Amino acid sequence: MGTTEHTVKAFDEDIGELRGLISEMGGRAEAAIVAAMDALVKSDTRAAGRIVSEDARIDDLEAQVERLAVRIIALRAPMADDLREVVAAIKIAGVIERIGDYAKNIAKRVPLIESRRTIEPISLLPAMANTATEMVHDVLNAFAARNAQGALDVVERDKVVDDFYNSIFRTLVTFMMENPKTIGEAAHLLFVAKNLERVGDHATNVAEMVYYAATGEYLADRERGGED
Amino acid sequence: MESMNQNLKMTARDVSVFYGEKKAIDAVSIDVPLEDVTAFIGPSGCGKSTFLRTLNRMNDTISIARVEGRIELDGEDIYAPSMDVVQLRARVGMVFQKPNPFPKSIYENVAYGPRIHGLAATKADMDQVVEQSLRRAGLWDEVKDRLSDSGTALSGGQQQRLCIARAIAVDPEVILMDEPCSALDPIATAKIEELIHELRGRYAIVIVTHNMQQAARVSQRTAFFHLGSLVEYGETSEIFTNPRQERTKDYITGRYG
Repeated sequence: MGTTEHTVKAFDEDIGELRGLISEMGGRAEAAIVAAMDALVKSDTRAAGRIVSEDARIDDLEAQVERLAVRIIALRAPMADDLREVVAAIKIAGVIERIGDYAKNIAKRVPLIESRRTIEPISLLPAMANTATEMVHDVLNAFAARNAQGALDVVERDKVVDDFYNSIFRTLVTFMMENPKTIGEAAHLLFVAKNLERVGDHATNVAEMVYYAATGEYLADRERGGED
Repeated sequence: MESMNQNLKMTARDVSVFYGEKKAIDAVSIDVPLEDVTAFIGPSGCGKSTFLRTLNRMNDTISIARVEGRIELDGEDIYAPSMDVVQLRARVGMVFQKPNPFPKSIYENVAYGPRIHGLAATKADMDQVVEQSLRRAGLWDEVKDRLSDSGTALSGGQQQRLCIARAIAVDPEVILMDEPCSALDPIATAKIEELIHELRGRYAIVIVTHNMQQAARVSQRTAFFHLGSLVEYGETSEIFTNPRQERTKDYITGRYG
């Protein structure tokens, strides 16, 4: 779908610019999550501070996506798959902005977790983060390519993230019960795990938007495990 | 095509139109519901205007044109030998691309049709038909104090609404509009579109337009024609957000050709 060019070439340029902005946003949000996890594991508070301040850039990009999308709707009057893509872009930008917020939230916890090395589940968190950020990465590729199958594949993977979360949750609760002194740190790690679980949910939401943009059909009522 | 739980005003089945040897329309079947505005869209030369003209036999005026298939108005074959073409064109009125008022007064433009069809017995009856037609066409308030002025002295948009009033005056069942706004400015166009909205339900309306936004704005059903064939016909909101056919999508998204 959408392989042929528009008669009005500037329309293709606008759509290309929109995809570029979404792609840049996604890349930044993905990198922010990975970097936040790295800072958490290494207890690198300087890196964590950088992640917090760089979130403003993602917010900026969201505003740019919105402005460009409104301009395209006003000036190009997009129809059919073009219209669906532009509307999806606005919604996707909002979701990526939230993912950026989760990275910021994780980074903010770095200075608050003192004894993290004594808590074993922390070793599972980076793997969970990788799975969630790969979902974000792949779903945005699917968006740029209008690839419905790619979106479906991402939806399937949300269960892996949910399994990670459930496993980490149980382990942390056990830790807290065995050693009440770890409750403060363990609670922070629980929030980190929850944030990552939400990143997976958001990637799934984006996948549904991509599916709709690509096919015009709603992936409605599809069961999403771990949704609270 | 999905089924429609609506009153069908006109139905066309396997309608083909030939100009001499050339086939301009190829086996088009379509239903025109009473309640909705139906828009025909498609690139120049796709046959949408030709097809529109089969619906009130305007193609009869072209000697080399030949129509095959069956077109019914309320279940009656409009190409049957017993069909009175003059009567048919009163029941299925037409508004053209360029406003074409007669070089007569505003009053006479509207009164002409009812007079030749004998629809008004007295002067008072005729006054009432003229006023009601001009009101329905949204023109009454602008012209009521100058009904004896020439119709050609009106602005383009007013002239087009006068032509719509003229079509309405003979109490038609269907109004065909062939690019009624292509010669009008955006304000006059908006007034015609608002008028179409108000006339909806009272008359079955079929509009041919090159302006896809206009089709999206005024119609509930849209038919896309290409190279003499009906490619896709469905709800306007579906056609413009999620067309089923690749050719429809390419056309409405501006990727055509």
